[in-house]
Amino acid sequence: MSTPAPAPSPALTPASARQEFTAGLAAVSPLLLGAVPFGLIYGALAVQAGIPPPLAIAISSIVFAGSAQFMITKLVAAATPGLLIVLSVAIINLRHALYSAALADKLAHLPLRWKLLLAYLLTDEAYAAALRRLQRSGDASLIHWHLMGTGLGLWIVWQLSCIAGVVLGGRIPQAWSLDFAGTLTFIAIVVPLLKDKPALAAMAAAGVVAVLVFALPYKLFIIAAALSGMAMGVLVERLVARQGAQA
Amino acid sequence: MNLWLTILLAGLATFLIRYSFIGAAGRVNAPAWFARMLRYVPIAALTALIWPDLLLPAGELQLSLHNPRLLAGLIAALVAWRSQNIFLTIAVGMGALWGLQWLL
Repeated sequence: MSTPAPAPSPALTPASARQEFTAGLAAVSPLLLGAVPFGLIYGALAVQAGIPPPLAIAISSIVFAGSAQFMITKLVAAATPGLLIVLSVAIINLRHALYSAALADKLAHLPLRWKLLLAYLLTDEAYAAALRRLQRSGDASLIHWHLMGTGLGLWIVWQLSCIAGVVLGGRIPQAWSLDFAGTLTFIAIVVPLLKDKPALAAMAAAGVVAVLVFALPYKLFIIAAALSGMAMGVLVERLVARQGAQA
Repeated sequence: MNLWLTILLAGLATFLIRYSFIGAAGRVNAPAWFARMLRYVPIAALTALIWPDLLLPAGELQLSLHNPRLLAGLIAALVAWRSQNIFLTIAVGMGALWGLQWLL
C-alpha cells in the first residue's frame, strides 16, 4: 500500500488496481465485524414490524443504508403513509450528497457504469475509508478501486447479516423489546456528533418539536422535527460565528 | 401506497442523492449553505425518532422515573458519550431496559 512510486503510474495496471481493491477491503474489514449485529437487529426488527420477509431482505439491497433501514422499520410499524416514508428516508440520507460532492472530482474521469455502481455503494463507511486513503500521500488515481473494495465488502456482509436477522427475527419474543435496540443505535450515532453548541441546539430543537407535534397525522412530526433541527443548527452556528467575530 | 413501491421510491431517492454530484462530474459544486445544513441532518432526523420513543412510549408524555425507556435511554446516552462505542451503548441500554422493566 505504501508503494514509493512518486512517478504518475500508468492508468489501470492490474496489480495496483488489485492493491487498491485489497486496501479498500482491509480498511473496511474492522467495520464489517460491526455491521453484522446491526444487520441482525435490522432483519429482526423488519420482520417484527410486519414487513414481509422477502421485502425485508430486498430493502437491504434497494436502499442499502443502515440508519434509513432502521427508520423504515419504525415507520412501517407505525403504519406511516408511503410518501412520508420516502421523504423521511430522503432526509436522513441527504448527508450522502456531501460524500458525493467530495468524491465527484476524483471520479469524474470514469465511465458511466463505474459512477453508477460506486454511487450505489457509497455509504458512510466507504466514504470514511476513502477519505483516509486520500489523506495518505501517494497517487490516488485508482481511488475507485478502493471504493469498490470497501463497497463490495460491506455490501456482501450487510446482505448476509440482514438475511440472518430476517430468518431469526420471527423467533425473538416481543417481550424482549427489541425495537428499543433501534433507538439505542440512533443514540449511539447522535451523541458523539454533539460536539458544539449548534449541534446541541439542533438536537434540542428536533427533540422538542418531535414531542410537541407528535400527535400530527401521518407521522408528520418526523419531518417537522428534522427540518426544525436543521434550521436551528444553522441558525446557532451563524450566531456563534457572529459572536466570535465581535469578540 | 403499496409497501414495495414505497421501498423502490425510497431506494431511488437514496441512489439519486448518492449519484447527484458524482453524476454532475465535478461541474457543479455544493453551495456552502447546503454543506453547512447537511451537518445537522443526522442529528435532527435521528433525534426526531429518539425523543418520542423515550418520552412518549405509549403515545403520551411520560416524564417520570417510572418510565424505563427514558431511564435506559439516558444511561445509554451517557455510555455513548463516554465510550463512543455503538455496541457497548446498545448492550448497556438493552440491559438497563430489561433490568428496569423487571424492577419497576
